[in-house]
Amino acid sequence: MSEWLAMGGHGLYIWGSYAVTALFMIVEVILVVRRRRSLMQRLGRMIRMKDSEVSG
Amino acid sequence: MFNLFKYASPASFYPLAGRLAMGFGIASVILLVIGLYMSFFVAPTDYKQGEGYRIMFIHVPAAWMSMLIYVVMACWAAAGMIWHTRLSSMMASSLAPTGAMFTFIALWTGALWGKPMWGAWWVWDARLTSELILLFLYVGFMALESAIDDPRRAARASGLLALVGVINVPIIYYSVQWWNTLHQGSSIKVVDGGVETSMSEIMVWTLLVMTFACWFYTIAVALTRVRSIILERESGASWVKALLQERKS
Repeated sequence: MSEWLAMGGHGLYIWGSYAVTALFMIVEVILVVRRRRSLMQRLGRMIRMKDSEVSG
Repeated sequence: MFNLFKYASPASFYPLAGRLAMGFGIASVILLVIGLYMSFFVAPTDYKQGEGYRIMFIHVPAAWMSMLIYVVMACWAAAGMIWHTRLSSMMASSLAPTGAMFTFIALWTGALWGKPMWGAWWVWDARLTSELILLFLYVGFMALESAIDDPRRAARASGLLALVGVINVPIIYYSVQWWNTLHQGSSIKVVDGGVETSMSEIMVWTLLVMTFACWFYTIAVALTRVRSIILERESGASWVKALLQERKS
């Protein structure tokens, strides 16, 4: 396993490339999903406020 | 007759984008798993670069995506400016962050590949420099768009920047032929319909699987982001209210 990880001496460069790529792609997905979730909550609250003003 | 302009309205595009994003998201995960397996366990060791060349399987797709996304972004920006369809400008701004990310990944993985093979993280080579300019164009597009409050004026200004910057994409692509660059020439050429390459068959297939994985990933992320942009811009609209009430009940 460790011999495979060494990647013929290029391990640092290969895993450095793949790790950063994975990190950026995963973080981007998290940011997009979080943006969507917080937006849905904010809009939901706005509408509930408007409903209560109308009926209140 | 299928009326394409029906989907130009954010209200009818919103649910469609959701379904497409889900589909492309799942497809990209599957392709990514297959592509990664092929990159490490199927593609053979390179006779000259040994294992180090495996960085190619993310460097090349990321570079291709950085150029493709910019062109698609510029087309959406142009469409938005010509037909004044707000949704087109929203599509352009939803693509920019993913394009910038792939450009940075192309530069990063290129540097990590260049160090063992060329002995340098960075050289002011025509290919590398024009790719760096592409990164600045993406960041400039996003900065310009967020700096202007009125969405319409922001779309016009950033759209103009995107269109002016399109000339940089062919410069990147042909830089290896026009100038004497340290960066290698293109190893995959489309010659009279066929694909001619100096790489082994299995390497090309691995590259294609990874490229489609990145492409589907981009579509899934951009469509999810554009849905948020639509909701932010149309928050006052009645269809948004109906949508949220429906979700709540």
